[in-house]
Amino acid sequence: MNTTQELPKIKHADNTQELLTIKDLHTGFRVKDTYYNAVDGVSISLKKNEILAIVGESGCGKSTLATSIIGLHDTNNTRITGEIEFRSLNLAKLTDEKLNNIRGNDIGMIFQDPLSALNPLMRIGDQIEESLIYHTKMSKKERTNRVLELLNQVGIPNPNRVVRQFPHQLSGGMRQRVIIAIAISCKPSIIIADEPTTALDVTIQAQILDLLKDLQAETESGIILITHDLGVVAEVADRVAVMYAGQIIEEATVEELFSNPVHPYTRSLLNSIPQTHSDNEKLEVIQGLVPSLVNLPRNGCRFASRIPWIPAEAHEADPQLHEIAPGHFVRCTCWNHFHFEGEEGGSLT
Amino acid sequence: MSFMEIKDLRVHYPIRGGFFNTIVDHVHAVDGINMEFEKGKTYGLVGESGCGKSTTGKAIIGLEKITSGKIFYEGQDVTNQRRQRNSAYNRDIQMIFQDAHSSLNPRKRVQDILAEPIRNFLKLSDLEERRKINELLAIVGMPEDAKYKYPHEFSGGQKQRIGIARAIATNPKLIIADEPVSALDLSVQAQVLNFLKDIQDEFGLSYLFISHDLGVVKHMCDEISIMYKGRFVESGTKKDIYQAPEHIYTKRLLSAIPNIEPASRAVRKVERINVEKSYQVENHRYFDANGRVYDLQAISDTHKVAKTDSLEGGI
Repeated sequence: MNTTQELPKIKHADNTQELLTIKDLHTGFRVKDTYYNAVDGVSISLKKNEILAIVGESGCGKSTLATSIIGLHDTNNTRITGEIEFRSLNLAKLTDEKLNNIRGNDIGMIFQDPLSALNPLMRIGDQIEESLIYHTKMSKKERTNRVLELLNQVGIPNPNRVVRQFPHQLSGGMRQRVIIAIAISCKPSIIIADEPTTALDVTIQAQILDLLKDLQAETESGIILITHDLGVVAEVADRVAVMYAGQIIEEATVEELFSNPVHPYTRSLLNSIPQTHSDNEKLEVIQGLVPSLVNLPRNGCRFASRIPWIPAEAHEADPQLHEIAPGHFVRCTCWNHFHFEGEEGGSLT
Repeated sequence: MSFMEIKDLRVHYPIRGGFFNTIVDHVHAVDGINMEFEKGKTYGLVGESGCGKSTTGKAIIGLEKITSGKIFYEGQDVTNQRRQRNSAYNRDIQMIFQDAHSSLNPRKRVQDILAEPIRNFLKLSDLEERRKINELLAIVGMPEDAKYKYPHEFSGGQKQRIGIARAIATNPKLIIADEPVSALDLSVQAQVLNFLKDIQDEFGLSYLFISHDLGVVKHMCDEISIMYKGRFVESGTKKDIYQAPEHIYTKRLLSAIPNIEPASRAVRKVERINVEKSYQVENHRYFDANGRVYDLQAISDTHKVAKTDSLEGGI
């Protein structure tokens, strides 16, 4: 990390090489005899060399989206429809055996809680080696070297000692580094990071995010970053999709989303961050509650109940994503009528 | 004029081991901190996990035995006092917990949860008690029929508001809020924070606001103390801490907060790396040979920093 080098710009994948394309994905969970869709018609693509952030509050379906991609759901009680296209395969339709060749090999996953994601009875070295045994034809010696190399790469001091240790002997930040080492062990082209820093302290969070970003640049992989923290998004993402009640309600590049947020939900969310406020100012509060999966209105604008003062005719009957600027998508038309107190009414262009 | 003072508070936990399970060492969870509380102000206590901030809160309210040091409440020594129903201290200091769900008894209705502090500390007739409960629910903005429900019937934000209603039932002077919003979503967090501010204005409450989130603390607090390894590394007004941080640990914490401006993130990363570098290099100016934080020294009327002068300029 050379501090004198030119500052890197926020990059935007101009090579339109799409690693992963999700089309109209629905993931439903069964309650008694009905399936309730936690992810309801999500279409999004991940390009090579980019960090795509998926943000939303708890229960919006962001983690379900991630686990649907790599098929971690119990097939008896879950219904997945739609297309998850990866290397001309549809991951949603693959059998477990075929998915096993992809999981950990082409798609790596980083989980929120590193302690529960690691096996407490296995040494760190063995856990990293495991995926190498499954997915590569390396010899024992090559694998050992690769493990040390990986630990070095994720910035663990003294890897020779750490490979012999157990997870409980490491700190939270070090455990998360081990998880990252496992995720990148087979040089995956896609890494899915589900709240990778939520369980960590801020200083460790900054280190892990820097590490993720550096690794991403090094390996030119694509990262899907699932998070609820808009600060984290602003720090690392290239493109952002905001989810609400199972749908993407706004999608834009990171600069566009933070400088020109359009959907009422995105704007309210940004306004409820304490950081953006000067002292003693009131924080923005979104009226009402996130509807539960079972009671979710399945037609019309799903955010309508949270902004009841907006007339019904402002919403679309069947809200679609509209491209209002190149690469900037917004669902429904109600944003045209939404403005905060003291703002000029009407359009935001 | 402060109504409460904490002097050289220490909480040490014994580490047992060896043949007869004897005490071999101590964990210095809280190691000599001083605080003063004034009416109507919010005091922030910030630090990473394991720094002793929650232990401090628990020791003040009496959930944790104090090893040494004194707590004075309105001139009276209340250190390690047994929890008594007739004690003004126990009535006037209340607590809000991080996880609202586990701090509410799942087998009690909201009205019984709220009645508990009332019955313990206030002598009210049945009618007055019922009126008080309705009043409390109105303050926290919940419908009156909520009192017949059980905790599991509420959402996270609502549960936290019931926790707040219980804390303000005895008209306390100080509320210790231990990470009150860290389990909540952003929009709900905003609701609870606004609400804490509202009742502060209305009742002249003081808060000891314990949090790891520097953004929330900045929004809420008048005076902030940064804690590290059981000791304060820096304390001062909000302005002192955020605009003129002196201690390297404070700088490190501040530089690590994610900011919602994507345009300047590359600049911030460079800054973060520089702070990290000086943290490694200038360590000895802020921590002694055992890694312990130095004593606080005043650098202005409000601003105190823990560092030594002896080696200043030595790098």
